Amino acid sequence: MQISTDKKTQPALAANEEKAISPRLEAWRSFKKNKLALTGATIVLFFIIVAICAPIIAPEGINDQKLPQRLLAPSADHWFGTDDFGRDIFSRVVYGARISLWVGFLAVLGSIVVGCLLGIIAGYYGKWIDALISRIFDIMLAFPSILLAIAIVAVLGPSLKNALIAIAIINIPNFGRLIRSRVLSVKEEEYIMAAKAIGMKDSRILLQHILPNSLAPIIVQGTLAIATAIIEAAALGFLGLGAEAPNPEWGKMLSDAKNFMIQAPWTMFFPGLAIMLTVLGFNLMGDGLRDALDPRMKN
Amino acid sequence: MFAYTIRRLLMLIPVLFGLSLIVFFMIRAIPGDPAQVILGQLATKEAIAELTKQLGLDQPWYTQYANYVGGLFSGDLGESLRTKSPISEEIWPYLAATIELSFCAMVIAVFIGVNAGIISAWFQNSWFDYAAMVLALVGVSMPIFWLGLMEQWVFAINLEWLPTSGREEVRDPVSAITHIYTLDTLLQGRLDQFWDVIRHLVMPSIALATIPMAIIARITRSTMLEVMKSDFIRTARAKGLRMFWVVYKHSLKNAVIPILTIIGLQTGLLLGGAILTETIFSWPGIGRYIYEAIGYRDYPVIQSGILVVAFIFVMINLTVDLMYAAVDPRIKYQ
Repeated sequence: MQISTDKKTQPALAANEEKAISPRLEAWRSFKKNKLALTGATIVLFFIIVAICAPIIAPEGINDQKLPQRLLAPSADHWFGTDDFGRDIFSRVVYGARISLWVGFLAVLGSIVVGCLLGIIAGYYGKWIDALISRIFDIMLAFPSILLAIAIVAVLGPSLKNALIAIAIINIPNFGRLIRSRVLSVKEEEYIMAAKAIGMKDSRILLQHILPNSLAPIIVQGTLAIATAIIEAAALGFLGLGAEAPNPEWGKMLSDAKNFMIQAPWTMFFPGLAIMLTVLGFNLMGDGLRDALDPRMKN
Repeated sequence: MFAYTIRRLLMLIPVLFGLSLIVFFMIRAIPGDPAQVILGQLATKEAIAELTKQLGLDQPWYTQYANYVGGLFSGDLGESLRTKSPISEEIWPYLAATIELSFCAMVIAVFIGVNAGIISAWFQNSWFDYAAMVLALVGVSMPIFWLGLMEQWVFAINLEWLPTSGREEVRDPVSAITHIYTLDTLLQGRLDQFWDVIRHLVMPSIALATIPMAIIARITRSTMLEVMKSDFIRTARAKGLRMFWVVYKHSLKNAVIPILTIIGLQTGLLLGGAILTETIFSWPGIGRYIYEAIGYRDYPVIQSGILVVAFIFVMINLTVDLMYAAVDPRIKYQ
C-alpha cells in the first residue's frame, strides 16, 4: 500500500520540483529583476530593430550626395545634420547599425565555432594535442588583441571582410580556453563516465552532454565579445583598415568627420554616440546574463 | 618562489618562439609576391628582384627564419624600407613616447580608479557610488578614438585650454636625451618646456586611461565590498579604529591582489589602446610608427614594431604573474 502511493506521488513531486527550480526560469527571473541588464537588452533590441528596418527608418540612402547641402547643422530636415558630401548623417548612422551588428554577430559566431571546436578537442582528448592547442592560444593572447587584428588586416589588405576575419581570429583563444576548461571539469562527471561505459561514441558525448553543459558561459562570453567586436571593427574602420567608402560604418564615419571638427562637430557626435550606446547595451546585457546564468563567473 | 620563477620563465620559451614565428610569417602570408605588393604595380623587375634579395625572400624559409632569429638575438630588427635606417636605432624615440604616454595614463587610471572604487565601496549605495559605477559602465563601453575627438573638440577647439595634438611645442622643440620628454626637460632645467610637455600629455593620457580606470574602479569596488564584510574588519571597527584607516589600511591591504592583477592586465592592454590614441593625437609613439608603416607597406617596420610591442606585453604579463606569486604565497604551490 505504502509503496503504491509513493509511486503515484513521485512523478507529481518531481514535476513540482522541476517547475520550482528549472534553471532557465530561475535565470530569466534573475535577469528580469536586474534593471541594468534590462536596459542593456532594450538598447540592443532597439539597435537590432533599427538595423532591420533601416530602409523604412532612414529618409535617404547611404550615398545620396547633395553638394549644395554639405555640412548642414542638425535641423528638422536633417536630424543629425549632413556631412561633407551633403549626405544625411541620420540615414547613414541608421544603416551603419546594420554593418556594426552584422560584423559583431558574425565575427563572434565565427570565433565561437572555431574556438569551441579547438577547445573541445584540446579538453576532451588532452595529451599532446591539448598542449599544442593551448600553446597556440597562449601565443595569440601574447599580442594585444587590436594589434593582432591590425597585423592580420595589414597582411590580408584593408576591407570590411578582412576586418571581420581578423576580429573573429583574435577572439578564438578566449572561447577556446573557456570551453577547454568547461570540458575538463564536465569530463570528470559521473554521467559522462556512465555514457562512456554504455559505449556511447565520443562525438555523441561531446555534442549531447558536454556542449549543452558549456552553453551558459558561451552565451555570456559571446554577448560581451560582441561588444568588444563592435568597438574593434569601429577602431579598424577608424584607422582606415576596415570598411571602405561609401559604407556608413560608424568608425569610418568618425575618421572622415575628424577633418571637419571645427566647422561641423555634429558629423562626429552621432556615429560615436551610436558606437558607445550599442557597446554599452551589449555590455550591460552580458553582465546581466552572467549574473543570471553563471554566478560563479562574477569576478 | 625561485622554482616558480624558473617554471614561469620556461613557459615563456614556446610563447616567444611562436611570436617570432607569427611575425616572421606575416610578410610571407601576403597574398601574391610580397616584393611586388610592397613596391606596387609600377615596379620594375630589377627593383622587385633587389627587394626580394634584401628581404631574404629568395632563400628557403628555414634559412630565412634562422637568419631572422639570429638577427633578433644580436638586436637586429631589420631595416626600414622607407627611411633605409636600422629599425633598432629608429625605434627608441617612438617607444619612449609610448612608454611616457602609457605610464601617465596608468598613473591616472590607478589613482582615480582605485580611489573611486574604494569610496564607492565605503559609501555603498550612496549617490557617489551610483554615479561612479554608471560612469564606469559608460567608460568601459567608450570607443577611445571617439572620446579623444570629443576631448579635442571641447578642450582644444572650444575652450582652448590644451594643445590639440603632438608631443611638444613645434616652435620650441625639446632637445632629446632619453626621449622621455618630461624627464628630458627636467634634466635640462627647462620648467617652461616641462609644463608644455605636460599640457600635451593631458588629453591623450586621459583618453587612454578611461577604459582601465573604469575596469579598475569596478574591480576595486567589488573586492573591497567583499573584504569589508570580513570578521577582522568588524573587529577593527569595534576597536574604535577610525573608518579611514579601516578602509585604506586594513581593507585595502587584503584587497590588493585582485586589484594588482587587474592593474597588470590593463597595463598590457594599454599598449593596444595606445595605437588608437596616438593616431588621434598625432603622438609619435610606437603605435603610430606601426600605423604609418602600414600606409607605406613598410613590412619590416610593421613586423618589428609588432614584435617589440608583443614582447613588452608578454614581459608585463610575466611581471604581473611573478608579483602575484610574491604577494600571494598560495600561487606558487599550484
